[in-house]
Amino acid sequence: MEIAIISGKGGTGKSSISAAFATLSGQPVVLADCDVDAANLHILFAPTHEEDQVYIAGQTAVIDYSICTHCGICMDYCQFDAIHSMDGKITISETSCDGCHLCARVCPHGAITMVDNDKSRMYSGAFRNGRMVYGRLAPGEENSGKLVNMVRDKAKAIAKDYNLENIIIDGPPGIGCAVISSITGTNHVVVVTEPTLSGLHDLKRALEIVEKFSLKAWVIINKYDLNDDMSRQIEQHCHDRGIPLAGKLPFNPSVVEAMVNLKSIIEWQPQSEFSRQIGAIWNTITQSK
Amino acid sequence: MISIKPMRIAIASGKGGTGKTLVATSLFYALQRERIEATLVDCDAEEPNVMSFFQGQLEKSAEVMQRVPVIDENKCTYCGKCHEYCNYKAIFILTPMKVIKVMEDLCHGCGACTVACEYGAIVEKDVSLGQVNQYAVSGNSKIIESRMNVGVYSPVRVIKAAINESNDRRVVIMDSPPGTSCPFIQTVARADFVILVTEPTPFGLSDLKQSVETLKTMGKSCGVIINRAGLGNDAIYGYLHDQGIPLLLEIPFDREIASTYSKGKIVAAEKRHLQTLLLSVFNIIVKKYGNSHHQR
Ligand code: SF4
Ligand code: SF4
Ligand code: SF4
Ligand code: SF4
Repeated sequence: MEIAIISGKGGTGKSSISAAFATLSGQPVVLADCDVDAANLHILFAPTHEEDQVYIAGQTAVIDYSICTHCGICMDYCQFDAIHSMDGKITISETSCDGCHLCARVCPHGAITMVDNDKSRMYSGAFRNGRMVYGRLAPGEENSGKLVNMVRDKAKAIAKDYNLENIIIDGPPGIGCAVISSITGTNHVVVVTEPTLSGLHDLKRALEIVEKFSLKAWVIINKYDLNDDMSRQIEQHCHDRGIPLAGKLPFNPSVVEAMVNLKSIIEWQPQSEFSRQIGAIWNTITQSK
Repeated sequence: MISIKPMRIAIASGKGGTGKTLVATSLFYALQRERIEATLVDCDAEEPNVMSFFQGQLEKSAEVMQRVPVIDENKCTYCGKCHEYCNYKAIFILTPMKVIKVMEDLCHGCGACTVACEYGAIVEKDVSLGQVNQYAVSGNSKIIESRMNVGVYSPVRVIKAAINESNDRRVVIMDSPPGTSCPFIQTVARADFVILVTEPTPFGLSDLKQSVETLKTMGKSCGVIINRAGLGNDAIYGYLHDQGIPLLLEIPFDREIASTYSKGKIVAAEKRHLQTLLLSVFNIIVKKYGNSHHQR
């Protein structure tokens, strides 16, 4: 079973909840950190490095100035405003180039080559409650959706090899292609939100995507007691939309304490009421039919 | 009216939810109160929410368009050249079955397929990627919001369109998208100074390091605001010291701040001393890093 945890926006405590789900006792899991732009869970879990794989995040066009005649033809074709002419010299901006390859095809002198962006990586190994896979997108790279797919494929392969039933996917923030890649085909999508006006707003956008792909959605209101009124509004919204509330968690400074000590809240305070509630939420989600 | 040199400040954080928007909205509010004309650009096109903190009049709304190919199957010979030219695998073709299809979700609008087709079988149509909305708020200030449509492959075009609407002759505050990938780069590339907002936790520090490294390679100056100071540990202070990165401000963890923010209220409007503090941070930045590239 694949369970994706997303949040619309970051900072709702999504990763802490993913970490908690990944360390519930008696059930080793595969943990897939698909927040490839800011992968964090490896900091808590310090997994072993058993494998790494290069991820090619598209290409960048590079001009060979020993051939280029500065005719400017390539510039006319680029749809990404990446090629500029300054004092008669043609240059390609690395940050703007989308890697479409068109300039290289139209250059009459064959002066442009496409270079792979190969600084992103995918890692996998063991952590204390199972196996872990995580991606790390190099700064400035796009196309994180594909890296997410690679992480998920790896997680599935590992689940099979190690005979682990559950895959926990810590998804990226936002509503872009990386989020879609993180949730498509999963059994459950858990949207973690917080009781703020912007939280409600982001929740709506996140639920739109989950509904677009007809996936089973759940909502967790984290830190619900920071604004009871807003929590009620969120509950009402979920109710009206027919989305079940998997649970509500109070604001708990121990979550940060646990993180500082490089533990999940379940590991840090296994006997606490808070940890019990997280276990209950997990059961609600996984035992539903 | 106080005249202030034009300057672009990006407010960013490795991860969302560290208080970046809290700082951006509060700084913008503080500038308004000081009658400094400013534009706030919400560059978080995937989840724009700056406007939920302000009241404003929608002045202008423009769709951000991208071209995608449309294949005329009467002219198409199923030669496959467009498929070969497409670097994003957005054209699906099965020559023997005479099937060709453009997957619009994957198309980046690069125009390569149109150049490829020798049979004039490709025309282009416009599809919307999102909107740029401009609002007038009090005191001659402005908010420009980028808003990407759900499911679009990248917010970059929408973000760029929003930034392009902001006026270089004013103070421009850019609420940057989270992370350090392309959308972040495209935003901070236009900034004279970047304020990184973070929390004193291991996650916060790890994200901060990644942002700092990225800004370094771009040659951008930055400073740090630590939010929820007191919750977490001290490792971040040592890091800032070692790197020589200025600690601009610490905002202590305070349930009242969290609750004010949660109601969609601007924290600086309730906590007047935060206004003063942010203004002094602003003045230091302007003095030290102001209009580095505007002076020609
Ligand atoms: S088309 Fe080729 S030769 Fe002409 S400016 Fe571009 S890279 Fe140089
Ligand atoms: S590869 Fe495409 S985006 Fe990059 S410079 Fe060439 S035409 Fe422009
Ligand atoms: S415009 Fe570019 S990305 Fe879109 S289908 Fe054509 S070649 Fe592919
Ligand atoms: S290049 Fe033109 S003719 Fe050839 S398959 Fe594509 S659309 Fe059809």
